[in-house]
Amino acid sequence: MIRVILPPHLRGLAHVASEVELDIQGPATQRSVLDALEVRYPMLRGTIRDHITQQRRPFLRFFACGEDLSHELPDAPLPSAIVSGAEPLLILGAIAGG
Amino acid sequence: MSKVRVLVGTRKGAFVLTSDGKREKWDVSGPHFAGWELYHLKGSPADPNRLYASQCSGWFGQIIQRSDDGGKTWTQPGTPPGEKNAMPAGPPKGESNKFVYDTSSETGKPLTTHQFYDGTQHPWEFKRVWHLEPSLTDPDTVYAGVEDAALFRSKDGGKSWQELSGLRGHGTGPKWQPGAGGMCLHTIILDPKNPGRIYIAISAAGAFRTDDDGKTWRPINKGLHSQYIPDPTAEIGHCVHHVAMNPSRPGVLFMQKHWDVMRSDNAGDLWKEVSGNLPTDFGFAIDVHAHEPETIYVVPIKSDGEHFPLDGKLRVYRSRTGGNEWEALTKGLPQRDCYVNVLRDAMAVDSLDKCGVYFGTTGGQVYASADAGDSWAPIVRDLPAVLSVEVQTLP
Repeated sequence: MIRVILPPHLRGLAHVASEVELDIQGPATQRSVLDALEVRYPMLRGTIRDHITQQRRPFLRFFACGEDLSHELPDAPLPSAIVSGAEPLLILGAIAGG
Repeated sequence: MSKVRVLVGTRKGAFVLTSDGKREKWDVSGPHFAGWELYHLKGSPADPNRLYASQCSGWFGQIIQRSDDGGKTWTQPGTPPGEKNAMPAGPPKGESNKFVYDTSSETGKPLTTHQFYDGTQHPWEFKRVWHLEPSLTDPDTVYAGVEDAALFRSKDGGKSWQELSGLRGHGTGPKWQPGAGGMCLHTIILDPKNPGRIYIAISAAGAFRTDDDGKTWRPINKGLHSQYIPDPTAEIGHCVHHVAMNPSRPGVLFMQKHWDVMRSDNAGDLWKEVSGNLPTDFGFAIDVHAHEPETIYVVPIKSDGEHFPLDGKLRVYRSRTGGNEWEALTKGLPQRDCYVNVLRDAMAVDSLDKCGVYFGTTGGQVYASADAGDSWAPIVRDLPAVLSVEVQTLP
């Protein structure tokens, strides 16, 4: 069970109050987690990754276990603490603007 | 008694303002989509309870919202809460915010670049929806004007979108370039007497018209003169800020250009300036009285470098002669220390008798006049910066 914490605006779109839990088939990677997230909450498609390029939107960041995973390859394995559900994957809106 | 519903898009959410036909007491609902930019909301003329909204964010991109109950509840079209994506067993969900430029060789010359600020060619990149224009007859059909400039249409209530690529492909697309606000298609006008005719306007490319439901387009910018364009007969490159039309006379158009207020009596084939005695002819918003097609409204703004009213006085100017002769409307509007702007989509009229006129400011005020502009009162004073105002007249 993978735990994902969404930024507040995306929680509103997805109609969830807190973190979400996802079952992942196969290796747990950024891509497989986001794929599962978008299957369960299709209203989030295009809000975290571009619809076409599947690139992370520029002002979003992925954090886990105190590390910034934003620049990891999408198919790189996630830390074991994420895979076990001990730690959540955080999707954050980066600080931008003033 | 008739009612009016005012749909207000702001930098931090949407607000729905409602009143009876007297337009004296108002109920304020919102913020809807709090924290998001709401570039535009508009109701379907064919079903007034069907509303469309463009919701966006620098972080999360574009969202399209739809209400089927007059703004009480909203959903992303085709994506009810709690319903998973049916892929691959069914049609994909979550595509109401998917705007993909048409590069098919079958539908015209694939367009990949336009001119950028520095004169180089730049790829077309979708950024946001500036304007949503519901069909006059079908609640499920709605047009979207987007940045980078293109026109999209949905025929399924906003669930999916297809580009009307003849606009970008008509020939001048590679020469289009962005204005200071981006290269946005911000104005869409549907001709009620000629279903195949659509007018659109782009900053800073100009105005365009189709007479065959979007298949082919041509620029309609003759008569426009822009001091920053060396060629006085330039077919494109004009920074059109907004265009307005009275539905009873769809061949007559009024335009607020970057500088100059213009009018065309032949569906945009030729424009003539009607700025007349305006104290400044820079501005963004323009609209036409619902029952008097020669009565038009603008809000003069000091200059392109100073986006606020002249002398700190917020004045709507009205012409009852189709332009050239203008009178200042000031009753109820601040006449000192006012330095707000009124953006291009932030003025609208209702169709009650007397005609109501509404506009919103970047200072968060929404003003209403229930007497065609003779006097004004704020409906609300302290909203986030207002991006758009639309009005529905309800039975």
